[in-house]
Amino acid sequence: MSIFIDKSTRLLVQGITGRDGSFHTQQMIEYGTQVVGGVTPGKGGQKFENAVPIFNTVSEAVKETSPNATVIYVPPVFAADAMMEAADAGIPFIVCITEGVPVLDMTRVYPFIKEKGARLLGPNCPGLISPGKSKVGIIPGRICTPGPVGLVSRSGTLTYEVVFQLTRAGMGQTTCVGIGGDPINGTNFIDCLSAFEADPETTSVVMIGEIGGTDEQDAADFVKNKMTKPVVGFIAGQTAPPGRRMGHAGAIISGSAGTAAEKMEAFEKNGIGVAKRPIDVVQLLKDRTS
Amino acid sequence: MSRWRGLRARRTNLNIHEYQAKDIFRAAGIPIPPGEVATTPEEAEAIARKYGGTVVVKAQVHAGGRGKAGGVKLAKTPEEAREVARKILALTIKDLPVQKVLVTPAADIATEAYVGVIVDRASKKPVFMVSPAGGIDIEEVAAKTPDKIRRHPVDPRYGLRTYEAMDLGFFLYKDAKQARAAALIMQKLYTAFMAKGGSLAEINPLVTTPTGDVVALDAKMVIDDNELDRLPQLAALRDESAEAPSEVEARKANLTFIKLDGNVGCVVNGAGLAMATMDLVKYYGGEPANFLDIGGSSNPEKVVAALKIITADPSVKAILFNIFGGITRTDDVANGIVTATKANPLKVPLVIRLTGTNEEIALKILQENGMSAMTDMDEAVKKAVALATGKAA
Repeated sequence: MSIFIDKSTRLLVQGITGRDGSFHTQQMIEYGTQVVGGVTPGKGGQKFENAVPIFNTVSEAVKETSPNATVIYVPPVFAADAMMEAADAGIPFIVCITEGVPVLDMTRVYPFIKEKGARLLGPNCPGLISPGKSKVGIIPGRICTPGPVGLVSRSGTLTYEVVFQLTRAGMGQTTCVGIGGDPINGTNFIDCLSAFEADPETTSVVMIGEIGGTDEQDAADFVKNKMTKPVVGFIAGQTAPPGRRMGHAGAIISGSAGTAAEKMEAFEKNGIGVAKRPIDVVQLLKDRTS
Repeated sequence: MSRWRGLRARRTNLNIHEYQAKDIFRAAGIPIPPGEVATTPEEAEAIARKYGGTVVVKAQVHAGGRGKAGGVKLAKTPEEAREVARKILALTIKDLPVQKVLVTPAADIATEAYVGVIVDRASKKPVFMVSPAGGIDIEEVAAKTPDKIRRHPVDPRYGLRTYEAMDLGFFLYKDAKQARAAALIMQKLYTAFMAKGGSLAEINPLVTTPTGDVVALDAKMVIDDNELDRLPQLAALRDESAEAPSEVEARKANLTFIKLDGNVGCVVNGAGLAMATMDLVKYYGGEPANFLDIGGSSNPEKVVAALKIITADPSVKAILFNIFGGITRTDDVANGIVTATKANPLKVPLVIRLTGTNEEIALKILQENGMSAMTDMDEAVKKAVALATGKAA
């Protein structure tokens, strides 16, 4: 099995005719993802690559093609509307790749999506891939291989680096999820950890965090209290200079400065293997699963 | 590739000056004493003469702790205002030279409070933070007297409702008139924050005068860069002369750059990988000279700009490229490296690690131009550190 997406995933692509949308749609189809339709207002009735029907609106696409997931590649100023349109049309899983969505938009989008009962991944994320089954987003398929490791990350290329190291070491993955680095995102570490805990095929989990916020610390508590599977983690930004992020008010609100040291300590304290370098993830996993 | 593709960069913010934030707050209807900006001591003198009486001269610079650094001074006469302005305009606060001062009439202060609103990651909402202990660093208040701070998340669908604002107002002031005035100020602050794409809006101090008026004496606002596409007029508020020149250049080239103190220059795609690369440099005994994220773009010109910025730093002793091609095509990066080094031959050694999309083509391009690349991140970092510290075998 895998989490969030598998062979049965029927994907809609919002912004399918744009430069990014069309390129990555092709990549997803090549990987084996079932792309059932696309949306570009004004291009309804056309077909993408002579195969995938394009619609003017999401609700129309839902009626005709019954997707159970959507991926969004629209410019940032339209992204909030695209996410809400998808949720309103009843799509249960929404992945927003777009980077640069204004954070105040997300303060409105997030409660709306919750109300509709949908799950949002992102924005500003690389999406996710269940190797050998389905890929939604932009993670390069060839660096992944099927296997028992679950991976969740706030980063993009750093995710690729770690997946690449795992694949090279012969440790395949059930699902690799990039949750994105924006201050407000739809799916957090805990959501993914609990899905991996419930997934029978996943036997261990890798968590890639970054400085800022308290998501990793909260996730560490969750690992200790709710998880039986071994978890190892890496935090990027161990040498990042303090005070280069916005103000101090944010730190006071969350009650934490969000430094790498603080997060690594939380990992250590809660039984998560702490990798000092990305490559150390491989050995830590071996130690815990052999 | 378009600006927003992939994981281009860390979220960045637009800092604006106190006088600009005051203009925004004033336009929103918040009571703020008058003030004018001077760039010379003589201008400061003329403004002080116009107001008469004692004035405050305040450095306009994107750094906290202006007062402690000598950037905020009282002046009793126009002549004194000139001399005070001369001294402040000669200051450099946290590496940033002071180029403007705000001259404003001195106010009589009875009490000082703090009012701020930010976007909070945890509650995913705008959150008000208020304290009757204002005028000092709010971090200090949080550490010493946390009970003097009240936090209040706002549902953006309804805004800061009057009863909520009143509740916060009464936390600041016992007097009903003052509580009501503060409530109105907070509602206006919230409106300005939302309308101008704020990630932070702050009044510190919010004062009461001896006659009982509630007035904002200072103003701070940080704007989410991502708002600039739909609020282009906000971009005009950016004061590039108040930023580090290398960071301005990087932004123009659509790169994210932060200068650090070490000697290993780093060029990486993706913020997480860039941070992890810096961490590895340190792990192997070196010191990174910068954080530089070229993002998920394949534009060779970005690489040229990146190399130009890094080589301008005389402390850089070796340059490390760490590229994991996903969206980024490594052959484009290789082309950028070749173009840049042909135009401006490097005086320091270069270590290139690249892997991923179009790796074979990239390696061929580099080889044809007398360069080589590694595929392992750890090996590349070790080599760059050794070259920078002169310990290369």
